[in-house]
Amino acid sequence: MKKILTSTIALVTVLTAFTSCNNNSGNSGGNSGALSSNVAEKVYVAPGEHDSHYAFISGGYSGNLTVYGLPSGRMFKEIPVFSQFPTSGYGYSEETKPMLNTSHGFIPWGDSHHPDISQTKGEIDGRFIFINENNTPRIAKIDLKTFETTEIIEVPNSAGNHSSSFVTENTEYVVAGTRFSVPIPQRDMPIKDYKGNFQGALSFISVAPETGNMDIKFQVLMPGFNYDLAHPGRGASHGWFFFSTYNTEEASTLLEVNASQNDKDFIAAVNWKKIEEYVNNGGGKMIPADYAHNVYDEHTHTATSTMKKEVRVVNPTDVPGAVYLLPTPKSPHGCDVDPSGEYIVGNGKLSANLTIHSFKKMLVAIENNKFAGDAYGIPILNFEDVLAGVVEQAGLGPLHTEFDGQGNGYTTFFISSEVVKWKLGTWEVIDRQPTFYSVGHLTIPGGNSGKPQGKYMFAMNKITKDRYLPTGPELEHSAQLYDISGEKMELLLDFPTHGEPHYAAAMEAGLIKERSQKIYDLEDNKHAYAAKSDADTKIVRQGNEVHIYMTTIRSHFSPDNIEGIKLGDKVFFHITNLEQDFDVPHGFAVLGQNTSELLIMPGQTKTSIWEPSKVGVWPFYCTDFCSALHQEMQGYIRVSPANASTPLKWSMGEDIE
Amino acid sequence: MLIAAILPLGLFLFPLWKITLEAPQYPTSLGMYIHINDFVDANPHDIKNINLMNHYVGMQYIPDAIPEFKIFPAGILITSLLGLLIAWKGNYKWFLGWFILMLVLSAAGMYDFYLWEHDYGHNLDPKAIMKFTNPDGTQMGFQPPLFGTKDILNFKAHSYPQLGALFLGLGIAAGFLAYFIGRKNKSTA
Repeated sequence: MKKILTSTIALVTVLTAFTSCNNNSGNSGGNSGALSSNVAEKVYVAPGEHDSHYAFISGGYSGNLTVYGLPSGRMFKEIPVFSQFPTSGYGYSEETKPMLNTSHGFIPWGDSHHPDISQTKGEIDGRFIFINENNTPRIAKIDLKTFETTEIIEVPNSAGNHSSSFVTENTEYVVAGTRFSVPIPQRDMPIKDYKGNFQGALSFISVAPETGNMDIKFQVLMPGFNYDLAHPGRGASHGWFFFSTYNTEEASTLLEVNASQNDKDFIAAVNWKKIEEYVNNGGGKMIPADYAHNVYDEHTHTATSTMKKEVRVVNPTDVPGAVYLLPTPKSPHGCDVDPSGEYIVGNGKLSANLTIHSFKKMLVAIENNKFAGDAYGIPILNFEDVLAGVVEQAGLGPLHTEFDGQGNGYTTFFISSEVVKWKLGTWEVIDRQPTFYSVGHLTIPGGNSGKPQGKYMFAMNKITKDRYLPTGPELEHSAQLYDISGEKMELLLDFPTHGEPHYAAAMEAGLIKERSQKIYDLEDNKHAYAAKSDADTKIVRQGNEVHIYMTTIRSHFSPDNIEGIKLGDKVFFHITNLEQDFDVPHGFAVLGQNTSELLIMPGQTKTSIWEPSKVGVWPFYCTDFCSALHQEMQGYIRVSPANASTPLKWSMGEDIE
Repeated sequence: MLIAAILPLGLFLFPLWKITLEAPQYPTSLGMYIHINDFVDANPHDIKNINLMNHYVGMQYIPDAIPEFKIFPAGILITSLLGLLIAWKGNYKWFLGWFILMLVLSAAGMYDFYLWEHDYGHNLDPKAIMKFTNPDGTQMGFQPPLFGTKDILNFKAHSYPQLGALFLGLGIAAGFLAYFIGRKNKSTA
């Protein structure tokens, strides 16, 4: 205990020293940015003009994904993914509630972390973006044609789904690694028996080439370490996946101390092609598991949730040559692979140095059977045998590295609050720029691919403090955009981000912009309760369930006068927006609705359930200022006592009776 | 003359006319092609959206079909056939006759188009949501221009001939040219 106290005090002292350092550099950095006269031009996007890049920034504990433009730093959209979103009715409407279903029941919230854009031949293709939920492990897929979440798969045997969701060179797999090791299968056992009994699952989720449909192909059951971050091999190392680990001590308590004892942890190199072949030949075994697979159909505008009952697991020692451990100093956090696929960067977060491993040297060492030992039967390579180089004393607390495709790496340093540019191969530091404050991830457009798109880099910071006008104790986070086209990085812009952005994916706008959908085709609407014209509107009573097939078009609901609803009824408003013009949504809200509003896009059908609790005549109205007659877009629904004999009637444009 | 008779058939391939409506909130303008036998969206759903706009001022919906869609194609077919017959059998004086016939029919067509436009722009629903009056107190009309560009409330309306009309015009001109060539050949012979 005394030892723990001493080391904690020592750490605090060290951190304090760095923080005060950082304040000074922070001020000078801010000044130099303001002095550069042409900086404003570089981020100015004239009214009506478009940004050159999309940035998809994770919303962290908001559970969502935000869409920004670069270089302006303007936010365009918040895409609901793992959290209910009353703005559109996501997770509240009957059609989207199944998206948030899990083996633990309906979960209204998530913690989104690492977005990654789909790739073809090592280049980002802008079709889909994947993002992981950390708390109740899930992977979501967002279709970049509609910017809507269209699929969520739960990841069983995983806990703290953090080394996720990174895609391979041709989007063969989206990979999800566990941060917390757990008993597999889950069972009632003493926590102190962690060591040797808990395991860490690395899940390889296959992505169907045409549809993008996800399916868990296999899980590799690794020793009970914490699997922190991951990146795929590419080029020559395509077929491998690299995961950083910490807590190789296998501690279950006071990890800040107990998981910081080993001088080196590991980067686990997983040859997924080898395991895939093993699995395709019947290898591994199916074990019982409980996980939800939720799919949104763009034609029925409806999601379905299916519970899956088993998953294939693979013991890595059963597949010789599938997994190796590369010793990496000081609890590595980020695990990043350069565009060529040769260098694997381990950012030892308690270190001042960056460790870079060589893929070629790793293969040579494996070929020569030069091992330093093993962990639970998995061979450990010698640190010196795989080391390509070290960026010495680059900063304090390295976290993440991205690449510009011009032979440079850019690494964030949390403790010294800066981004450092260094050269691959010579490992020399070229430039450093302060961030404000305590940077986590950074993103270069096309970052996780064989072809980064350079030009811009932005840093996502954990601490905001005084960067903007104060808004009380709770602040949005801050990001800084840098121009990286020159030798030195140039700070261009400071912009607030929503929730806690962990990572972001960005790309040139072209591919996505061209494909972005404007409306849903009404002809294609296959919703079971759609009314595709005023003539299709009707009300059907089934016991105490009342289904209202309603339409909206500028500027009325049809029907807009409804009678015959009784207390105790469950009223389903199925609302179809008949508009077929770009950006003419209609909203729907009824007084006393216990869910959220609906925001219905042209050609779409959405459903809200209303269980009236009071007798009366209650108004409903359009919540989106749709047209010049928006204020006239309203209706009434009459609720009678349970024993009343009011007949079911509906109309529009004339009085009832 | 053969060419003159065939050219108007281009109307079956290309639109005759186009009406375009521009407004700030329509970065992609709304438009409608008038074919000899159909109204066609310039971009998907444009006619539906024009109708939606126009119902605010009480204008009628653009109909799916009008009698002209039957009469015009028949007229073009008959006159083309007639032209072919003349090209084959007739002498140059007939060419002039065909030319005049085509001019009269085209003028009649334009007049018919004008009448429809006038009705479309002036015969408004008395229960129209928004009623506008001219400075002199008369009811404001929303008739699109027959030819040219005109401001109608927040819209700028353009009305211009298309490739089909060019084919028709060239055909008529070729008929007149054929008459001249025929007459010249006659006098030199």
